Formats: sequence, structure tokens, C-alpha cells
Amino acid sequence: MTDWEPKIVAFLCNWCSYGGADLAGVSRLQYPANIRIIRVPCSGRVNPKFILAAFRQGADGVWVSGCHPGDCHYIEGNLYARRKFTLLNNLLEHTGIEPGRLHFSWISSAEATKFAETARKVVDAVKAAGPAQHFIKKQAEVA
Amino acid sequence: MESNRPGIFVCGSFQAPKDIPQSVMEASAAASAAGSFLSAARATLTQEKKTPDQTNVVGERPRIGVFVCHCGINISGVVDVQAVRDYAKTLPYVEYVADNLYTCSQDTQVVMKEAIKERGLNRIVVAACTPRTHEPLFQETMADAGLNKYLFEMANIRNQDSWVHSANPVLATEKAKDLVRMAVAKVALLEPLQEPELTVTQKALVIGGGVAGMTVAKSIADQGYAVCLIEHSDRLGGQALHLHKTWKGEDIQPYVRQLVESVESHPNITCYLSSSLKNVEGFVGNFKTTVEGNGSTQVLEHGAAIIATGGREWQPDEYLYGEDARVLTHQQLDECLRNADPSLKDAKSAVFIQCVGSREPHRPYCSRVCCTHSVESALEIKRINPDCDVYVLYRDLRSYGEREALYLQARKAGVIFIRFDLAHKPKVEVENGALKVTVIDHVLQRPVSLSPDLLTLATAILPNETEALGQFFKVPVNDEGFFIEAHAKLRPVDFATDGVFLCGLAHYPKPIDESIAQAQAAAARAATLLARHTVQFSGTVAVTNQMLCSSCGTCVSICPYSAPGFNDKGKADINPALCKGCGLCVASCRSGAIRLKGFDDAQIFAMIDSI
Repeated sequence: MTDWEPKIVAFLCNWCSYGGADLAGVSRLQYPANIRIIRVPCSGRVNPKFILAAFRQGADGVWVSGCHPGDCHYIEGNLYARRKFTLLNNLLEHTGIEPGRLHFSWISSAEATKFAETARKVVDAVKAAGPAQHFIKKQAEVA
Repeated sequence: MESNRPGIFVCGSFQAPKDIPQSVMEASAAASAAGSFLSAARATLTQEKKTPDQTNVVGERPRIGVFVCHCGINISGVVDVQAVRDYAKTLPYVEYVADNLYTCSQDTQVVMKEAIKERGLNRIVVAACTPRTHEPLFQETMADAGLNKYLFEMANIRNQDSWVHSANPVLATEKAKDLVRMAVAKVALLEPLQEPELTVTQKALVIGGGVAGMTVAKSIADQGYAVCLIEHSDRLGGQALHLHKTWKGEDIQPYVRQLVESVESHPNITCYLSSSLKNVEGFVGNFKTTVEGNGSTQVLEHGAAIIATGGREWQPDEYLYGEDARVLTHQQLDECLRNADPSLKDAKSAVFIQCVGSREPHRPYCSRVCCTHSVESALEIKRINPDCDVYVLYRDLRSYGEREALYLQARKAGVIFIRFDLAHKPKVEVENGALKVTVIDHVLQRPVSLSPDLLTLATAILPNETEALGQFFKVPVNDEGFFIEAHAKLRPVDFATDGVFLCGLAHYPKPIDESIAQAQAAAARAATLLARHTVQFSGTVAVTNQMLCSSCGTCVSICPYSAPGFNDKGKADINPALCKGCGLCVASCRSGAIRLKGFDDAQIFAMIDSI
């Protein structure tokens, strides 16, 4: 298990966290290469189904990041996102997904350092949770 | 913005120390002033760019071209670009792959256009830097090759890969392949999108006939566009009618008189006095506003709206205001100064109290103009009556920028400044018919008693009623009732709602020079809209599927732009002119009846499926 590297899907808002990720690059801040970024117009665009689908496809972790509350490019999309994800988080706990797998953060396009730090934190937490087994479709065992 | 040489304009911290929003406002204002000079020559030298007709690719099998960029050595120094290119060739629907030293270079654009034509490509993926900076460039190349610009996707293998994983070329190359695979999966599902075009009504509506509103109206009218100016009172001028001098000592009244005259006589401006707004419909370029006043109601059509509803002086309920005639507000003192009131000449002592109603728990903001106003008025009293003792009781003296020189001048002139804090506000009483002000001097740490003949309260600035207007134009208002601009630093006169702009005291307390600059800036922003004959809307908007819509109304209630509404069949319909494409309704629709073009569920699922 020592060389296992988790795969993490990140849904980043185009106007803030995606820009923060770009700026982290411009600033050459280094973070682990486990994250695959999907650009969305707003964290409010992220349907909870996307998160479930990512787990189903074998992602070991999911990270959603949007604009700081009050700073949404679309006025208040991130606030709706926050409500949805609070609910989803509860639901995931019930389904048995470990708490360290799903992460939310608010990172502006200027916060490159915070982006890199959060990326490291997310990767560490997912690594601690180990490979995801729970949601992946497996072939039925035939006796 | 004008310098002493006609045709040369000044803006930014070159003129005086200032913050970003002020610099941005001044830059727009300078552009507006320059635009007024040049309005006769507008559009005489423009050349129209011709783009070929779009090839219809609907129903075609995807034929994807993937361009992998070296970005000099920025990407190829870490990522094995050739390996990524060869990997891309193995992906479904990929017809053409290339690696380029600089994909954004002019030569590559030529290569891309040729590849699109020769290989019949109908989708493009560029694996390079970030779409935030480079997407428009490649989209333009596609349009030049007759391909719809929405059939495009970028894989960010520089900013989000090679630059941040430079110590790990193997993993970085793996990640680049993953990102390309995800982009290819998405692009295969993208559809050509149209950008609806609507004509712009080349007319502006200005709400508020104060200095800000009049300046906006005049600047837009000077650029050759018709303006309707709405004022709720029966005369133009607003708060400036009550002011005496600017902090630089310029008389305000002659300026306001001249401005009113030029607005009233301007052939492009129609004034509606004693009028107010009853309803607003429409969107950028095509507003329809119902105005009621003087016993009649009319509907005005306009392409842009500027909100300049201003503010007013707070009428204090403390320090014996309203109970003793010697206690005045700043505007009342200004009136005395304007009329050369004889009491000023005889006064032996005058006191100013700062932050009256500002920076208190229930009204936490600073009203910004009052420190300078008190210093200026204190100096004016000293000029009229040098023997008068003048005291300014303050909490923090915010004579910002070049106004600091005025503060220094006041101290040199013998004005005494005494600091107090919120927990120990001055006490004002009447003793034997005389006013008595007691304040704890923070240096002496003991009470000091003053017996002024004149007490001036530097009261807070309040916004005029903003809520109804905010709802009409769907623009936000903060807790204190001031309008909120689109971006505090970078878009200080725009609203998040397109076609609606803001200036003056309705935004936040500011001195007259800043109001004028902001008004000119708003005029410039509105003029850039009016100068266009048409506006194009983004193609990435949400659309509803009427068959699936269950009429629950979630989209209607949550959309911050009020784009969805119920149609006559009771189903949700989204107005593409109002939709910003945020996708909030799409992610919230419980019937799955809304699709966001360009970021559709299927497209995002395709990316997720190919992780």
C-alpha cells in the first residue's frame, strides 16, 4: 500500500478558486499531484450528484471550492452551495463514506498560498482515509 | 479630471494619493471627458472585422483536434509533451494531434486554422495554460476558421500542473494525460452555441438630480446621447444646494447654478421633476421604466440606467440639537457662512463635535466628509473672526490625502483639536443660558469645559430610500441602505446587473469632487454601452425543458438575476438576456429540467467518468 496515491476530483469555481489555483502556479507553489480539477462557473453549479458520481467512478476524495461567503461572482450561489453541501455531508456520513473524503473550502483568486495549503491538507486527509472502496461498482461475487 | 491645458486629463495617484477604486473611477471619468471632446469623430475610423460563416457541425461525428503546448520550457521542462500528444491520439474521436512550442503564437493560429479546414475538425482541445487568460484567443482562431467558438475546451497543464509539480515529472505527465482525457471527453459533447443579439436603445435614464445625477446626465448628453433625468423634488441641485465651499475653497453655489442651467438647457436632456419610478422592466439595452409625476404616468425606453439617488444629512437626536438654536449641523453652519450671518463675527468660541451618528454601534460606517468639512469651516470662522476660539472634538481625524495640509493649516491657525473616545462622548448642557460642553481631554485625562456661542455637529450621511429601486433594477443594497457596486476595487461604478450604473452618495458617503469623478466614470461606462448598436449575450445560459418542468418555482425564487419566470403555460422559462450562466438553478432543479449550455450535466459527468 505504500505507493498508493489517491485520486481526488476538485470542482473549482472559475472566478475564485480556479484562479487561486492558476495563481499558485504563477507563484510556483508546490503541492501533491493527486488533484484533477474540473472547472465550473460557480460552486452553486455543483450538483450533489457530481460528488456522488465522482466517488462512484473511483475517486478517493472530492474537493469543492468556491468564493468566500459574500464574495460570490453570481451574488449568492456559494451560499446555496454551502447549504447543499452541509446536507450532503450528513447524508454521506450515513452512507458510510469516511469524513476525510469530502472537503469544502472558500478560496479567492488571490489566495494562492491558501490554495496550495488546502490542496496539501485535502490530499493528507484523503491519504489517511485510504483507498475508497465503498461506492465503487464491483462485479458481483459468484459463489 | 481636467488639467489646466485643454485636452489633457489627469487621473490616478499621479494626481494625489488614493486607493484603487478612486483611481479606477477617475480613469473612467477621464475617458468620459476625453470622449466628450471626441464625440464628433466617434466610429469614423473603425473597420469591421469579418468572420466567415459558421460551418454547421450539428449531427456530425466529433472530430477532435488536440494541441499540446510546450510553452517554451514552462510545460515541457516538466511534462513529457510528446507522450501527452501521443496519448491524446489514442482517445476516442481524436483526429488530429500536434505539439507546439507556443500554441498561442501567431504561427500556431495559422496551423490550427489549416488543421480545422484540412482535417475537417469540429472540436478543439488546447492543453496549455489557463482558459482564464487564453480561451478568447483560441476561440477567435476557431471563429476565423468558421468553427463555433463554444466547441472548445482547455486542459490546464501549466498553471495547474507543470508549474506546481515541477519536482515530479512522472506524476505531472500522468496528470496532464488525465486532464487531456477529461477535456476530450467534455469537448466531444459540446454543442455549438449562438449568442443572441439585441439592439440597444441609445438613451440613458438617470435617477437623481443632484450634482452626481446632473454630471452623469450632462456627460452622457455631451457625448451625443439622449438622457432622461428623474428628480423626485421640484428642483435640481440636491444636497449641493446646502453646501458652501469645497475643501479646496471653491464656491459650490455658482458651480451648481451653472450645472443646473446647462442641464436644463441641454438639447439632449429631458428633466422630469417631482417624479418617481413606479416600475422597471427589461434588461441591458432594453429597459422600460414607468415614471409617475405631475399627475401623469409615462413609460420611458432606455438602454442604460444610472442610479444617483444621493443621501442626506442625519438629523441628530443628541447634544441638544433641535432644543437650542446655537446647536447646528454642518449644512446649517454652511448656510450661516453663505449668508455672512452676523452672529459669526461676534462669536467668542465655537465648538465642533465629530462623528455624530457615525461610527456608532448602530451606524458603524465613517461618513468621510465631516472631518475635512469641520476643519474647513473652523478655518473659515478663524478667517471671519480671528479672535474666536475654535475647538474640534474628534475621535480620529481622517483628513485623508492632500486634505492633511488643511488640517495642518487649521492647527497653525490656532484651532484646538481635542480627542475623545466613544465611551466618553462630550456632554452638552445649558448653564445660566450659556451652552456648556464638557469633554475629557485624553492628554490631560481630566474634564475640560467649553462655553461655545456656536456648536456644530458633524452628523452622519444617510442614503436616501434605496430598497424599492434596488428591487426594480435587481441591484443589491447593504445593511446601511447604500447600493453595492459589482466589485469594490475594480468595478466601482458598475452594478452586477448589466446596464445599470451607480454614482454619488447613494454608493457611500463621499465629498463632492469624488461624486463628480464617479458620475463622469458612470457616464463613461454607460456611453460604452450606448455606443454599441447591439449587445451580444453569452451563449452559456440555462434553458428549461418544458416537458420535465414541474412548476415548483425553485429556479424562479433562487435566481439572483430573476432570469427564470413562469410562462403562460405555468412552466419555467429562462430569459437568456438576464441569465449569467452561473448554473445555480440547474444544480437546484429537482426535476432535472434545466440544462446549462457549455457546462451541462452530461459534459461534467463525462469529465468525472474519465478521471
